[in-house]
Amino acid sequence: MSVPPAGARDLRVRTHRGEVGAGDTVASALARLQEVDADGQSLNIFVSLDEKFLRQHAEAAGGFLSHAEPAPMLGVPVAIKDNIATLHHPTTCGSRILAGYVSPYEATVVKRLRDAGAVPFGKTNMDEFAMGSSTEHSAYGPTRNPVAPDRVPGGSSGGSAAAVAAGIVPAALGSETGGSVRQPAAFCGIVGVKPTYGRVSRFGLVAFASSLDQVGVFGATVDDAARTLGVIAGRDPLDSTSADVAVPDYHRAGERSIEGLVVGRPKEYFPASLDPRIRERCDAAFAALREQGAEIRDVSLPHTELAIPVYYIVAPAEASSNLARFDGVRYGLRLEGDGLRGMYEATRSRGFGTEVTRRILIGTYVLSAGYYDAYYRKAQQVRSLITRDFADVFASGVDVLFTPTTPTPAFPIGAISDPYEMYLSDIFTATANLAGVPAMSQPIGRVDGLPVGGQFIAPHFGEETMFAFAYALERVLGAETLA
Amino acid sequence: MAVTIDDVRHVASLARLGLTDDRAAALVQEMNTILGHMDVLAAVDTTGVDAVAGVGAGGLPVRADQGPPLPLARSLDAFAPSVRDGFLLVPRLSTHDTAEES
Repeated sequence: MSVPPAGARDLRVRTHRGEVGAGDTVASALARLQEVDADGQSLNIFVSLDEKFLRQHAEAAGGFLSHAEPAPMLGVPVAIKDNIATLHHPTTCGSRILAGYVSPYEATVVKRLRDAGAVPFGKTNMDEFAMGSSTEHSAYGPTRNPVAPDRVPGGSSGGSAAAVAAGIVPAALGSETGGSVRQPAAFCGIVGVKPTYGRVSRFGLVAFASSLDQVGVFGATVDDAARTLGVIAGRDPLDSTSADVAVPDYHRAGERSIEGLVVGRPKEYFPASLDPRIRERCDAAFAALREQGAEIRDVSLPHTELAIPVYYIVAPAEASSNLARFDGVRYGLRLEGDGLRGMYEATRSRGFGTEVTRRILIGTYVLSAGYYDAYYRKAQQVRSLITRDFADVFASGVDVLFTPTTPTPAFPIGAISDPYEMYLSDIFTATANLAGVPAMSQPIGRVDGLPVGGQFIAPHFGEETMFAFAYALERVLGAETLA
Repeated sequence: MAVTIDDVRHVASLARLGLTDDRAAALVQEMNTILGHMDVLAAVDTTGVDAVAGVGAGGLPVRADQGPPLPLARSLDAFAPSVRDGFLLVPRLSTHDTAEES
């Protein structure tokens, strides 16, 4: 049996000391992947992975060994979601319409990882164009949850979450539009972070809903996630929406005390219908935070229940515009039809899957003449109210909020066929995307052997404080939740 | 605001998506069910509330409308379906049927 990967912190130090080569680490990760897929049923985590290229890439990390200090992610393999552009592996977004497409440029986040000594480790499966909450809606078939292979890993970044949860890599990149990092992190029992909108460059992230999209990170531990985010965060001239705000050393946030800080407990995230076992795990987390000196305060975010209707108007509207570029002219798939229009329709109808088609049509409908004010404009106004809820509660002296990440643990593959029921998986996560605030999920226990996630939400650019709480909670719950 | 089969056909045309009759009929029901959940927004008082123009602290920065060309690692013909002389080729438009063949 292969040895589970060390954390990012240990790997960089041991690689720098020459105790382990980056090539050894890659070989170990490949062996682990073979092992988890050898149980008669593939978890279907990666959609492209060139072993020869990975080994060459690992050798490149040797160039960092002459540096006096170890590079921040030296020798650390990091899996990449398939909607983030890489130069060698294809970038398909889990869609037939981009089958075989290899990007002519590299995402800034991938370049920053390479510059920090990391080894980008293959491309991971996802719901097509990040539209889904289960990684069942991929042209490559569903990914299975490493904790319980009959269950979904969550989505849309389910492949990246599974790669970390299966012990193949200590960290991975995903993307968030409505909870696509935090929800799979919760389902797989790992850490997932959605940074503030503008904290991380989106250059090279294939656009889904541009006012919501952010690159996020997964880590086996809070420290793995903090170190990975620290490397990819910061202003990028190639993304005008990236913010020119200094990046703190997130991995040092664990040295900060949370004594005297205030944790808000928003009542809307703890409805009477919430699974009592999930409520119990959250209560234990509140108790752990209180033990470390934090004050727990009941608060209200009154427009929370409107987040899903708002999200599922705004996101499809933006998607219908962003996905117009996939027309058979510029990328990948082209199917002939009757003239130019016939080619567009044939390519898009055959290239897009059911869920993507549905969302493009809904988005086109809510933006069309006669419906724009009733749907899209109204949704954007209510989004303002949701954003104001967060601003008010943080202005009242609350440092972070703590909530369950999802209303249920991971559900069985194929269990949810109603699209709206699937959308409700994002009920506790979509609010942070709509308001642009940072949020993260970490394991807080198990229900029937399935992981349960707890979520911290912080003010804009409050990631450092959020990590301080996450480190503090992990110190108390870690041994139990990671077992 | 019930969605009709004509609405589905109309937005599919706008979105350049071809639909079979069966799929179009199924989408009428699916879109009505999903949009029915959105009707809750109509009851929210948004008098005087601005629509969100951008998220994040301080909104989006303004930059000059210029920039260096992207450093592409490979040329257009490496990833586009049909290219000639640096231009993307599309099927001939029906309105140009009488033009000289290229």
